[in-house]
Amino acid sequence: MKKKFFALFSALLLVWVAGCSDQEASTEGSSDNESEKAPKEIELLNVSYDPTRELYEEYNKSFAEYWEKEKGQKVTINQSHGGSGTQSRSVIDGLDADVVTLALAYDIVAIAETGKIAKDWQTRLEYNSSPYTSTIVFLVRKGNPKGIKDWDGLVKKGVSVITPNPKTSGGARWNYLAAWGYALQQNNNEEGKAKEFVTSLFKNVPVLDSGARGATTTFVEREIGDVLLAWENEAFLALNELGEDEFEIVIPSVSILAEPPVTIVDSAVEKNGTEEVAKAYLDYLYTDVGQEIAAKNYYRPRSEEIAKKYADQFPEINLFTIDEVFGGWTEAQKTHFADGGVFDQIYQP
Amino acid sequence: MNTKTIAQANTVSLQGLKKWVLIGIALAFLGLFIVIPLIAVFSEALKKGIELYFASLTEPDALSAIKLTLITAAIAVPVNTIFGVIAAYAIAKFSFKGKNILVTLIDIPFAVSPVIAGLVFVLLFGSQGLLGPFLEAHDIKIVFAVPGIILATLFVTFPFVARELIPIMQEQGTDEEQAGRMLGANGWQMFFRITLPNIKWGLLYGVILCNARAMGEFGAVSVVSGHIRGMTNTIPLHVEILYNEYNFTAAFAVASLLAILALFTLVLKSVVEWKSRKE
Amino acid sequence: MVKKIKPQRVLPGFGLSMGYTIIYLSLIILIPITVLFLKASTLSLSDIWQTVTDDRVVASYKLTFYSSFVAAVVNAVFGTLIAWVLVKYQFPGKKIIDALVDLPFALPTAVAGIALTTIYAPNGWIGQLFEPMGVRIAFTPIGIMIALTFIGLPFVVRTVQPVLQDFDRQYEEAASTLGANSIQIFFKIILPTLFPAILTGFALAFARALGEYGSVVFISGNMPMKTEIVPLLIVTKLEQFDYAGAAAIASVMLIFSFILLFAINFWQWRISKKHQVA
Repeated sequence: MKKKFFALFSALLLVWVAGCSDQEASTEGSSDNESEKAPKEIELLNVSYDPTRELYEEYNKSFAEYWEKEKGQKVTINQSHGGSGTQSRSVIDGLDADVVTLALAYDIVAIAETGKIAKDWQTRLEYNSSPYTSTIVFLVRKGNPKGIKDWDGLVKKGVSVITPNPKTSGGARWNYLAAWGYALQQNNNEEGKAKEFVTSLFKNVPVLDSGARGATTTFVEREIGDVLLAWENEAFLALNELGEDEFEIVIPSVSILAEPPVTIVDSAVEKNGTEEVAKAYLDYLYTDVGQEIAAKNYYRPRSEEIAKKYADQFPEINLFTIDEVFGGWTEAQKTHFADGGVFDQIYQP
Repeated sequence: MNTKTIAQANTVSLQGLKKWVLIGIALAFLGLFIVIPLIAVFSEALKKGIELYFASLTEPDALSAIKLTLITAAIAVPVNTIFGVIAAYAIAKFSFKGKNILVTLIDIPFAVSPVIAGLVFVLLFGSQGLLGPFLEAHDIKIVFAVPGIILATLFVTFPFVARELIPIMQEQGTDEEQAGRMLGANGWQMFFRITLPNIKWGLLYGVILCNARAMGEFGAVSVVSGHIRGMTNTIPLHVEILYNEYNFTAAFAVASLLAILALFTLVLKSVVEWKSRKE
Repeated sequence: MVKKIKPQRVLPGFGLSMGYTIIYLSLIILIPITVLFLKASTLSLSDIWQTVTDDRVVASYKLTFYSSFVAAVVNAVFGTLIAWVLVKYQFPGKKIIDALVDLPFALPTAVAGIALTTIYAPNGWIGQLFEPMGVRIAFTPIGIMIALTFIGLPFVVRTVQPVLQDFDRQYEEAASTLGANSIQIFFKIILPTLFPAILTGFALAFARALGEYGSVVFISGNMPMKTEIVPLLIVTKLEQFDYAGAAAIASVMLIFSFILLFAINFWQWRISKKHQVA
């Protein structure tokens, strides 16, 4: 009996092992075949952040068609999405990205510091290498029961605000800085007042999710909070995907101009021989087709023509840039989000 | 009827009461912690109908995630099983100095945060890591590719089999083996005829746990995978992607697949049990 | 480590099995862990000290250890009970229950976190029952404990179960004919035999809970000083590209866990030795 059991058991193990080697063999085989059939095919890896999934899904199809028509070459674009900081770290540690399209310049600067991207990357493309922009808006429950019209509505007693944790989420950093910028404008640029404002805002935050999409879920699915601070495109997406008759978007009087930057990863395109197609991929973002796809996915286009076409969708907001108010990302990161920075002080007992 | 049988009858009914109270507590606990979450997963998965459920399982990205997960488990589980048996044998059947340190070292992967488990391989094989320049010069990819995922899984599931076997082997002692040796069995005969059959249940549990964990690991694999759709996504990572796309139904559908896989391994276990009992 | 081998070994294969164990252990565990310490050591001692004794970090240590401990104790008690019920009793649906125990391992931790949050959030199935009483489960330490109990449950059940299965019914019967009542039998005979296994399961559940990240971040709410667990702070450090700081916190956690596991293993080993001699 014992023997039988053992035989059966080892047979099971064998099946496992055999199964694994089989599978390996078959994957190898198939990739060989592919390369024989179509030697010209080329692959690109775009490493991006979370809220751009829908945008790049549509854009990649469009670009692949364009490139095949233009060059007669098939291009497959692989996508990787995650938190902007995490994605940046993966590229630093060896994820073989040909292009990076991240949430904030700080994350690309970090890659550039390792020498994988040229230091002057931000001047290589127009508009600080940000082909589209976005901003921070409020998503409130239908009918806006708490009557939130602007940033000052967020610090009122009894208003519950949902925003992710700025220490772990790039989007949350934009939220924080937008609130800070508003407070500065209201108080003649007094830093102390701004800190007070942001402190009382975060007193109203009951849950700090680790990422932007987690925060949206908390607000929408768990029904926690009166207002969600979100990227404009995320707010629209939440509205469309999760319930148009349950939420509405409130545009504050002033907000921050979020410029998600894009660039090629020099060391990778050199190694992979993808420089030409990678550059074309990013340039295509600036064309009318690319701009329209961005606008359709609720990113504010740079092209004035396309912007006019989608004017209904994007109401005018008074926007300030991070360079104007905070002296750039590196500075803002150091003052506000580094350990012991302003954000940490808010939570000091 | 004498008093003795009445007393026996009383203890029997008392036994019965005790049995059902214990079963009740166990079921309530499992219900609260396991069954309700499981129902939550399946109810979300089937919210939009069975068709969508199967559609999200047969979509190409889901299939490639399933395949990668199976490959990973198919390598990690046997490797760690062999290790587990050998390590448990060395630890439980012999006495030597530093045994506790060794056992504790084997436990380490349980205590290491999955994030860190992934991170150590990035620190080792990543391009800023110790071996990074060497690997890049030879164009060998470990992290952000399948080998990294397998390594992280090996790390995380490392202790399961060994840990399952050590207490059982200790409990059993070495008497049977010694008797076998005295009757003239050689080392291998003793191991395969006495030691291994004696630990079969523990081994089976260990393998099942190891397999479940290998397929379900999220944190460590997430750090070393690179999240490339259709290439380096395992089932758990694919679930996260779907969830982040607000595609809750599909996310839970794919997640339920893991639950089904776990149940399937247990059915397999029951079959083995049943077969061996029939002998 | 293996300096002196006592002459009492009579079984073959010690050199082979021990050699293999140590080589494989080094490759998969020791070398990667060493890299972690190396990374932490790129900081100066005062920097390390500052990093690991920061108020927020200390608050998260406390929370993590406390909630892990509670979860492991709950698991030790109920896990043993479940193992007992599964081995000793026959009842309808037993096979299914047995299968369900492994679910926490198979379900990706993130899914577990999401599912548990769905249930225990103020508008969730169970959360809404507690909401009127003013008890919040999700986004408080209670939620963290629930998540940690969930992920650690299989450890205790699965370490106790095989020992119970091999447990000789004869002891019990012998004791019972000698007039011992069932409580005496349990505490004098069964529990001492099971104790090493329960302790092992407890240690494993505890250790696993200390490191858990995926399920907890969804249910904890991540409020600084209140519901921030240590692994979250490690991720926070990484997010700032502070690998060395992350490695420093991780190393401290690892040393803590190592000492803890070592103490429990030592205890377990002593008990089982005593038991064997007796």
